[in-house]
Amino acid sequence: MKRLSGFILFATICLILPIIFPDNYYVTVVGLTIFINIILAVSLNLLMGYAGQISLGHAAFFGLGAYSSAILTIKYGLNPWLAMLAGAAFVVTLSYVLSRPILKLKGHYLAMATLGLGIIVHIFFVQADELTGGPDGISGLPTLSFLGLAIDSDVKWYFVLCSYMLLSVLFSLNIADSRAGRALSAVHGSEIAAQMMGINTAKVKSHIFVFSALMASIAGSLFAHQQDFVSPESFSFFFSIELVTMVVLGGLGSTFGAVIGAFILSILPEVLIVFEDFEVLIFGAILMVIMIFLPEGLFVALKNKVAAFLAGRQEGSK
Amino acid sequence: MALLEVKNLEKRFGGLKAISDLSFSVPEKMVFSIIGPNGAGKTTLFNLLTNIYTPSSGSIFFKGQEITNLPPFKIARLGISRTFQNLQVFLNMNVIENVMVGCHLRSKSGLIASALRLPSVIAEEKNVKQMAFEALEFCGLSDYADRPAGGLPYGILKKLEVARSLASKPELLLMDEPAAGLNDTETAELCQLIKRICDSGITVLLVEHNMSLVMEISQTVLVLNYGKLLAEGTPEEIQRNPEVIAAYLGEG
Repeated sequence: MKRLSGFILFATICLILPIIFPDNYYVTVVGLTIFINIILAVSLNLLMGYAGQISLGHAAFFGLGAYSSAILTIKYGLNPWLAMLAGAAFVVTLSYVLSRPILKLKGHYLAMATLGLGIIVHIFFVQADELTGGPDGISGLPTLSFLGLAIDSDVKWYFVLCSYMLLSVLFSLNIADSRAGRALSAVHGSEIAAQMMGINTAKVKSHIFVFSALMASIAGSLFAHQQDFVSPESFSFFFSIELVTMVVLGGLGSTFGAVIGAFILSILPEVLIVFEDFEVLIFGAILMVIMIFLPEGLFVALKNKVAAFLAGRQEGSK
Repeated sequence: MALLEVKNLEKRFGGLKAISDLSFSVPEKMVFSIIGPNGAGKTTLFNLLTNIYTPSSGSIFFKGQEITNLPPFKIARLGISRTFQNLQVFLNMNVIENVMVGCHLRSKSGLIASALRLPSVIAEEKNVKQMAFEALEFCGLSDYADRPAGGLPYGILKKLEVARSLASKPELLLMDEPAAGLNDTETAELCQLIKRICDSGITVLLVEHNMSLVMEISQTVLVLNYGKLLAEGTPEEIQRNPEVIAAYLGEG
């Protein structure tokens, strides 16, 4: 169980917090945003950090999940869970069809293609107003209920989102430490060598692209129900960039790096509110300082430093 | 039957014929070396055999099956592996993980099973680690198992590539200049390693510039010059061949 000790500690903290602070704004309100961001950052990290394939369009899949839920429940009266499933099925199909041509591209070209995808989907949300409500979005989603229990308070949402977030983190940790995860890292390290070891690199990249999109789509559906409202703003190109920043800030290729990155980027604006007009400036400066001094990412750098310190102490005691 | 058969292979880059009308066959369980001056087309030949380059014409057969246009990962599945002249180690992983990637073909858990970490995955993981460790031991690298590949010396990385290839249990191993950049001690170790690989029943196809190594371990030597076959024979025959001496050995 040593492999999962970090995860168990993390899960315990997350589950205890709302019990100790049930009415704390940062726990039960900001916490929900943090969880959604963690899920998205962790899923993006599977593609970017593990497989080394950049995506500047991750918010698109998040948005498609959210809009599928909103449209199917409100306009077609579908059961929320069925709507979520239908949205997920749509995103899986779409991302699978797109994955082969898109992931043939590398580096800047891949960045451009995924950027294009994100922008097209966003424009669709804004322009197809008969379906999506245009810039105003759609509000009034039905309440999600689980086993007859309506999820109608912040604390209940906390536990729902927290469970899905923990599941995502667990999946990501499991993948890292498996044949599939090693195949992804191999694609990242050297695509030619990966192929010579018998890895069908096109298939591996396509599968992780779809898996990552699926995770984002379900997060989108949950987000839509929790917010009770969807609008194009939440799924813009800027949000995709923010997700990339979370992954890079925490440490590319590390699951807990993505968690920390998402946490910091979600909590910083809340904390910096005291600086009022200078909020954005200070936010930018903090990001720059971290990237200049800890280019491997906050979490990864700290982990390496602790490991080096412990190794040094062991040497000393010998 | 020959393990590998190359028939009238040709590769043109624009007007340049990197390989022209090349035919040869490699019998099983031997060390078959390919030598030739720089630019003779040796690495190009390896890239054609593994379909990293697509041949302009001609065909390649492995165990009687045509592999000319198969993608590299399918060629690997049939039992061909290779090392690279310019190292292609996965520097983002540690040593044992590199070799565990080599076990990809000998294991089968998919993405979903891995994410859920099913009991079958846990059992397979243990098994893969064992196989990878055996390959490391075979190459004398077991002390490095948990070291990150990124910081290791060149000689170790070269051996690591060999271990990774061996972990896939190939029948044919292509080695592209394994001795390049190694010192005398490391070269001697490499020589022993290649002999042991061959003794374990794996056919080795070797591209190498180090003549004493080639002459010591090869059963057959093929000389390439300007993409054409200049001579083929035992090391003694090659060393006595006047054309080879003129084109290559004599000039050194």
